[in-house]
Amino acid sequence: MSGFRLADGGRIDRRTKRSFTFDGKARWGYAGDCLASALLAQGQMLFGRSFKYHRPRGILGAGVEEPNALVTVDRGPGRRTPNLRAPSVALHDGLTATSQNRFPSLRFDVVALNDQFGAFFPAGFYNKTFMWPRAAWEKVYEPIIRRLAGLGDSPTTRDPDHYDATYAHCETLVVGAGPAGIAAALEAAATGGRVFLIDEQEEIGGGALSDPAQWAWLAEASATLAAMDNVTVLSRTTAIGHYHQNFVVAAERLTDHLPVDAADGPREKLWRIRAGEVVLAMGAIERPLVFEGNDVPGVMLASAARTFALRYGVAVGRKLVVMAVHDSGWRDALALHEAGVNIAAIVDLRREIDPALVEAARAARIGCYPGYAVTKVTGRLAVDGVTIALAGVAKGQKLDCDAVLMAGGWTPTVHLWSHAKGTLRWDDSWGAFVPDKTHENLRCVGACGGDWDFGSGLTIGALPAPKPLHESKAFVDFQNDVKARDIGLAVQEGFRSIEHIKRYTTNGMATDQGKTSNLNGLQIASDVLSRPVTEIGLTTFRPPYTPQSFGAMLGHHKEALFQPLRKTVIDDWAADHGAVYENVAQWRRARYFPQGSEDMDAAVARECRTVRSAVGVFDASTLGKIEVVGPDAAEFLNRMYTNPWKSLEPGRCRYGLLLGEHGFIIDDGVSARLAPDRFHLTTTTGGAARVLNMMEDYLQTEWSDLDVWLTSTTEQWAVIAVQGPKARRVIASLVEGIDLAPEAFPHMAVREGQICGVPTRLFRVSFTGELGFEVNVPAEHGRMVWDAIWAEGQKHGVTPYGTETMHVLRAEKGFIIVGQDTDGTVTPDDAGLGWAVGKKKPDFVGKRSLARPDIVAPGRKQLVGLLTDDPQVVLEEGAQIVADPNQPVPMTMIGHVTSSYHSATLGRSIAMALVAGGRDRMGETLHVPMPGGVISAKVVAPMFYDAEGSRLNG
Amino acid sequence: MLLIHCPYCEEARPEVEFAYGGEAHIARPLDPSTYSDEQWEEFLYIRSNPRGRHHERWRHTHGCGRFFNAVRDTVTDVFETTYKAGEARK
Repeated sequence: MSGFRLADGGRIDRRTKRSFTFDGKARWGYAGDCLASALLAQGQMLFGRSFKYHRPRGILGAGVEEPNALVTVDRGPGRRTPNLRAPSVALHDGLTATSQNRFPSLRFDVVALNDQFGAFFPAGFYNKTFMWPRAAWEKVYEPIIRRLAGLGDSPTTRDPDHYDATYAHCETLVVGAGPAGIAAALEAAATGGRVFLIDEQEEIGGGALSDPAQWAWLAEASATLAAMDNVTVLSRTTAIGHYHQNFVVAAERLTDHLPVDAADGPREKLWRIRAGEVVLAMGAIERPLVFEGNDVPGVMLASAARTFALRYGVAVGRKLVVMAVHDSGWRDALALHEAGVNIAAIVDLRREIDPALVEAARAARIGCYPGYAVTKVTGRLAVDGVTIALAGVAKGQKLDCDAVLMAGGWTPTVHLWSHAKGTLRWDDSWGAFVPDKTHENLRCVGACGGDWDFGSGLTIGALPAPKPLHESKAFVDFQNDVKARDIGLAVQEGFRSIEHIKRYTTNGMATDQGKTSNLNGLQIASDVLSRPVTEIGLTTFRPPYTPQSFGAMLGHHKEALFQPLRKTVIDDWAADHGAVYENVAQWRRARYFPQGSEDMDAAVARECRTVRSAVGVFDASTLGKIEVVGPDAAEFLNRMYTNPWKSLEPGRCRYGLLLGEHGFIIDDGVSARLAPDRFHLTTTTGGAARVLNMMEDYLQTEWSDLDVWLTSTTEQWAVIAVQGPKARRVIASLVEGIDLAPEAFPHMAVREGQICGVPTRLFRVSFTGELGFEVNVPAEHGRMVWDAIWAEGQKHGVTPYGTETMHVLRAEKGFIIVGQDTDGTVTPDDAGLGWAVGKKKPDFVGKRSLARPDIVAPGRKQLVGLLTDDPQVVLEEGAQIVADPNQPVPMTMIGHVTSSYHSATLGRSIAMALVAGGRDRMGETLHVPMPGGVISAKVVAPMFYDAEGSRLNG
Repeated sequence: MLLIHCPYCEEARPEVEFAYGGEAHIARPLDPSTYSDEQWEEFLYIRSNPRGRHHERWRHTHGCGRFFNAVRDTVTDVFETTYKAGEARK
């Protein structure tokens, strides 16, 4: 029990108590406290266990840089947030916080044994150790590592909160509301432009909150800003990233500071702000010092102790020792002394120190040890003393204390500057990188711009110590447990770039992104390498500045709003008739229509038999459709597709095959010529947008001389496929103005007329191999026409069928599905569609590629059919195929199954596959090794039913 | 998020309205059959990938739908200019 509440001082409201729990125990604090200050005030020094060694850890900082005191806050089911930094958690009544990374309890932790064996856990330990034996990885190593790894536990239930999101525009955005940020905002606001001032803390003020002398000014400035119409001040708002052209994303926390029952509305709000000018006023973060025992609870940043005393009225100990290499440590010590905190001694490695500071310290009866360094901290769960030595190497002497403050100098917070690709330059007087150049309208003011007077100091990696580096437990990265000696080891093992050293040691890779460790790690690497830091470089800062909830990133884009669901005009009918759906691209499509207790196989078998024996209706409205119009329409299509189009007579349809310029199939579909200058194109359901984009590309950029217009008509037409031997009879009584007789309206023809009194483009086409029609009607009439066809179909035993049945029926006929039977490396010839390539055409997209050496070489994978030896075995789609199942592993795979179904019509399974040299293997038996055994299958032509096509004429 | 100036709409619009279209000024040959395999490979796959000024195509997909060209610095992502398809390389 070390820390305590000072008799007076701080911005807390001592008349308003707040009760909360920490690790299940009832605690209390004051309004205005943060979780860290309330716990410190009650003597809590131990806040968590470290990641790797489970060492006891206390508070290091008073802001978002805090690496140790990570807590989980529980606000009810689905509202458990891990890894919150205790100094950044505002206290409210009923706050329920728990410490992390300890087992079974914070004071007693079994994994802390790791710490005793620390010599066995050096940098790269995991990479080096768990390599052998291989079999042990899954069963032994991985489960143990998973048990121990990770910071905090993620929630396991759905987040019930909702999150807001908005856009904003302003002339000036100021990030950080310390004195420099407030001054910049006031200046910008005076010009009349829109100003945003955002700050991550509970209230604006930044460093001024820890300096009572500035409180009067702060109150006045806050009131001025609040009164201005053109100024928006957002506190509890973190600018998480700067993106191109001054686009800053910021997350505002709206309710987490409130008791659970008072929290109303969205939990967070994501601001996307586009600003004319961005002013960064993000301040600087104090650096810890690297010495033996610098992670014992009670060792913290001097600036943090100052904030706890002056802002929260909390002394972090009863007897403090300051270890400084920088004037700011002396200044903080004096401010603490004035606030009533007992500073026993100031130890400073420097021999030459500003005499005014030394004089003031002596006047305050503070022991001064210029030229000394702390070489050891004693105590395990809390500090009970330090050893100091002249220059770190002379004989040590002990000082009693219960807290140690570190003042290692200051690092400007340049994160957002770096997000914006602003360059940095090394500044010797800061011992840190400061902003240099940027191409954005962006500037840094105050400490983050290197413009602040913290005094002067030494730039140092590890403090000098009697022990050699490789024997010391001096921590650089507290959150990832990286010691100075790990960085030494990385260099010794050959790592030179700071980016490699970072990844090998994990320095700076924890959730705090190295806010307190990057510079010290860099300095130590520089010392070990004997090269200046500027030659070693700095790792890259990336968004987010602090960890962010996924909820805020997602905003409204969840559940039904996650992505649009497209439904056809017949979708409601399908729902009423028990359809089981599947999503295809963004469309919801009926997959099958089970009756009674039918499962999918039974329903699909029945639907297939009905289509083959009577008639079925299918909602094909999702087909992509493009209207191609203009005098050059035929010429355009002739250049786009492999097939010849100029010779196609109006009133006729053609199967079109579309290649990329690389010669591979990318889409297909049946298209109709309605008039010399008008085509009705269809594309695959998923390919519609892609095909239109590609056609626009060629039309606009390669063949802009062609007079052609392209219009997407996918959603303008409802398409009802009526397929089966009785298809003509079903529609006959509904159609007007079209002669349906076979000789007048042959297969692959199109007619315009009326159906049910509305206009139709009636296609006689078949994707089933049966006599078939596709009835296109304006979408608004789709449901009415579907209902009429359904009613008429009752006389003929009609069934609705879904995509699964459609797949089986087309596979029985060997019709491909682009993207299923092709994979972006399949040419027309590979797919057995060489007939669809116009041999006499001088050019079309992809034609030149079809003559490339590797395209014409033998042995390419070709589409074939497979019939399993056991007709009841259905191969798995995607399964690999081998020629010899007895060859040693790894086997030579010669292809894979692309489509595979049970065919009710044939009473056996059928499959299609891409197999190397497939068409030369007709009659061969190939093998599909599966976990349950090897399945053998014979290679056949990919045509399983009605090869001569007689059923089309039904 | 980038702001991109569409030379047809004559307005700067957010990046999400646009689709990137690869390197610009790679004209499809009038008669690809005259190209050797090496020339065709060059046309299909070989791109300049510069550090700095890059001529590239964009389409204002969720706007006017037009393809246009741009000069963008690949280091800073700053757009130097955008211009209509068919205009000379800038």
